[in-house]
Amino acid sequence: MGVLPYLVAAWIFLAGCYGLATSRNLIHAVGCLAVCQSATYVLLLAVGYRDHATAPVFSDVQPGSRPVVDPVVQALTLTDVVVGATVTALLLALVVQVSKRHGTVDPDALSELRG
Amino acid sequence: MSRRARLWLVAVGGGALAALLVAACLDLPAFGGTRHPYGDRAVRESLARHTANTIASINFDQRAFDTLGEISILFAAVLGCVVLLRQTRDEHRARPEPEPVALPVRRYALAVLPVALLTGLYVIAHGQLSPGGGFQGGVVAATSLHLLYLGADYRALERIRPVGLYEVGDALAVSAYLVTGIAGLIGGTAFLANTLLPYGTFNTLSSGGTVPLLNAAVGMEVACAVVVLLARFLDQAVEIEEGK
Amino acid sequence: MADAVIVVVLLLVGATATTAVAVRDPERQALVLSVLGVVLAVLFTVLQAPDVGLSQLAVGSALTPLLLLLTVRKVRRRAQDKGRQE
Repeated sequence: MGVLPYLVAAWIFLAGCYGLATSRNLIHAVGCLAVCQSATYVLLLAVGYRDHATAPVFSDVQPGSRPVVDPVVQALTLTDVVVGATVTALLLALVVQVSKRHGTVDPDALSELRG
Repeated sequence: MSRRARLWLVAVGGGALAALLVAACLDLPAFGGTRHPYGDRAVRESLARHTANTIASINFDQRAFDTLGEISILFAAVLGCVVLLRQTRDEHRARPEPEPVALPVRRYALAVLPVALLTGLYVIAHGQLSPGGGFQGGVVAATSLHLLYLGADYRALERIRPVGLYEVGDALAVSAYLVTGIAGLIGGTAFLANTLLPYGTFNTLSSGGTVPLLNAAVGMEVACAVVVLLARFLDQAVEIEEGK
Repeated sequence: MADAVIVVVLLLVGATATTAVAVRDPERQALVLSVLGVVLAVLFTVLQAPDVGLSQLAVGSALTPLLLLLTVRKVRRRAQDKGRQE
């Protein structure tokens, strides 16, 4: 176990970066960015995990009776999941505009357009 | 830059980054360790303020200022989408013809819609007690409304969803968050400090001081934001066409 | 026991993420991303983060793929309109 979760997070991040760099379609690139984002969630939650602990919610657990996992990283991740989705939406809106103005969503064709 | 050169650059940069990441991973505290100083303190604070869900306590009390930043990003992103996806002068609207929907799909969508909407509202309302809260519940409630598009048609969706109203709701919710913060400044001790209301009985709906208020404001904002976003994208995908 | 479940789900997440990058057609990618959203939600639940799992389930499996598909539809429709005019 040890470092496996961290390595998986690193792998997801690098895979997303590779997809971003080699993408031939801006919509696909935005999808790859979403993959990169999920790597940070995996990393954060892996850092906060504690063996044999339960979720930091005390509505049905007596406080102090069991160890709980780190709630701070969960709060960070939670807000970013939702806010990240709206930022993805903003990027997609930009893609729609690019396709309207230039008639293509291929980044290579776009850079040729600009010279 | 040619494709080949770019691939090489990606390979070199990616390789170096991978090496650094692996080196960093090997130095991190082992997975599942018992040392979580911030987490332990956050749990203690949350229990002292009678908030059963520690994560809600962190988001809407201990790090409420950070959440203000997050919802500002959310608000700005939605504003950007609305501006980018508005109908321009060289476009026109083409009313889509209502298309027949298979009966089982229609029945299922219409049956699930109220359940999903209620679940979303429940998740928002119980944010300070059980897993959930404004961020999650808002998304669930807003996406559930769009089952109507599956169950009926686009026009039915437009009737129950006056986008302008939701835009106003979005702005109102952000203002409500700010006002609660300023009320803390006037009536209590500091901006967004949770000293205004009594903490209440642990594990009841009204516990946690200002946490339920801020939670509700965020829930409203996220729900309105998602409805507005989906409306703009649906508009672009279904209705707006080029040419006069 | 819990450790074995975590390892399996972690590997599943890694594999799904790799597939999401490797699939080049944005329409199919949106579908893979929605699978990734569900798998991530399972992982977060196993890691004792039900709050995050819930929001990932709502956002990752429904909202983001929906937005991607709508964008694909918009861009394709534009390309078709262009083709008809010429």
